[in-house]
Amino acid sequence: MEELIKPPSFKPETIKKDFPILKRNVNGKPLIYLDNAATSQKPECVIDCIDNYYKNHNSNIHRGVHTLSYESTVMYEDAHKKVADFIGARDWKEIVFTRNATESINLLAYGWGLHNLKEGDEILITIMEHHSNIVPWQMLRDIRGIKINVLGVNEKGDLKLEELSGVLSDKTKLVCVIHASNVLGTVNPVKLITEEAKKVGALVLIDAAQSAPHIPIDVQDIDCDFLVASGHKMMGPTGIGFLYGCSELLEKMEPFMYGGDMIEKVTLTKSTWNELPWKFEAGTPNIAGGIGLGAAVDYIQDIGLQNIYNHEEELLSYALEKMSEYDWINIYGHKGDSESVGVISFNVEGVHPHDVAGMLDEQGIAIRSGHHCAQPLMQELSMDYAARMSFYLYNTKDEIDLCVETLKKVKTLFG
Amino acid sequence: MESDNLEFILDHYKNPRNFGTIEDADLSYEEGIPSCGDVIRLDLRIKDKVLEDVKFSGTGCAISQASVSILTENVTGKNVEDVLSLTDQDMLEALGGQVSPIRFKCALLGLTVLKKALSGNNSN
Repeated sequence: MEELIKPPSFKPETIKKDFPILKRNVNGKPLIYLDNAATSQKPECVIDCIDNYYKNHNSNIHRGVHTLSYESTVMYEDAHKKVADFIGARDWKEIVFTRNATESINLLAYGWGLHNLKEGDEILITIMEHHSNIVPWQMLRDIRGIKINVLGVNEKGDLKLEELSGVLSDKTKLVCVIHASNVLGTVNPVKLITEEAKKVGALVLIDAAQSAPHIPIDVQDIDCDFLVASGHKMMGPTGIGFLYGCSELLEKMEPFMYGGDMIEKVTLTKSTWNELPWKFEAGTPNIAGGIGLGAAVDYIQDIGLQNIYNHEEELLSYALEKMSEYDWINIYGHKGDSESVGVISFNVEGVHPHDVAGMLDEQGIAIRSGHHCAQPLMQELSMDYAARMSFYLYNTKDEIDLCVETLKKVKTLFG
Repeated sequence: MESDNLEFILDHYKNPRNFGTIEDADLSYEEGIPSCGDVIRLDLRIKDKVLEDVKFSGTGCAISQASVSILTENVTGKNVEDVLSLTDQDMLEALGGQVSPIRFKCALLGLTVLKKALSGNNSN
């Protein structure tokens, strides 16, 4: 366990002030936002940065020599550099901006999978994957005739790592692993899995959508080939995410989308591709979004991701302890040996999670309910639906207390 | 939601009316909301353009299940044409008129299923 370092600036109450939305009321009560695994709130500096871009710099990138275009280009490229630094990439050209993690995975499925996989090849996914890391591979299976193998989960919420060697073979071309489960919070041992995958010559894709906002990541240490995440879950705007890919692989890959800005030279009969990362960013990109994501990364770096992680771990153990006092609250996962991020899926016995979420909403508390875009995992764990609370840096123990108090009222009401 | 209204909905949720299936139903239809997983099936027996018997089954939240329970009570014995002319607003009012817009989808699922079951078959 890392030493708990909390600079004087790291007090959730102080941090809350950075987020304009957390000042509002919902149904007459101060908003308590516990749906961070779905999306995070945005600090004022991110909102201001986007505002400033449109008010003072708005222009298209990589075109024209005028001042505004130059400024936009530098700001947008800088945002790539910030993300590269954030995840420990060797070179900022290894960062491709996309709409979100889903688009990043589709980019790989089309740009790499479609051109490199053939019948008889296999892909390994885990049952914890979000739909975004299942469905694109099913598309490839149907087009290319590849086989998808699945690594299972035990009832404690850990991947069945003892079965890993059995599902890997020299036919395995790609291993896709979710770093932190958006349902169970389980943090998977991606470094170990990567090591095993490399032994059979498979490439490794890490879905960091749920981990990048909460856990320090070093792609060189993990030694993965690809890593994807969404900006909006890490306090950036919606509509921006990224793909990290090691440059040798990205160089060899075919583009995903074709058109403007991704080309080097175009004639009516033939075209050649632009250098990295622009080969994969066809058309005018989400410039404001990219710059906003850069500002979000700056904000996280200022506070320190390790501090954020430590704070969330404190909230997580506090909430788990509080909730396990009541035998009518069923918590999924959090019973194994793995680390977890601040995500708790649960059910109040006898109450549908939509009703739980609805009653909490009346108290100004936002949580998620439903299948969390991970139906195979839910089916495996015999969860039809679940309610889910998920934490971030601005949450407090008082908020958890209020949430649990409200759950008690819900239970009484529904009987 | 006011507590009287909540009691009303909870009563229907906990003690659903007309819950079950009709083996030799004249019309049956089932539909769900993919995003949340709620499912409602309706079995109808119709005689002389009148809904003689209505039974529902399915799973879902209190709002979806209570609203279909209330709906079955309201439409049993009614003329098919009158039932087809029911509006979303009628359904929301039958629920006490205090359902939050976020839950409209849940509240209106039963009516949607009923209308789809009847549509094109209302001369039966």
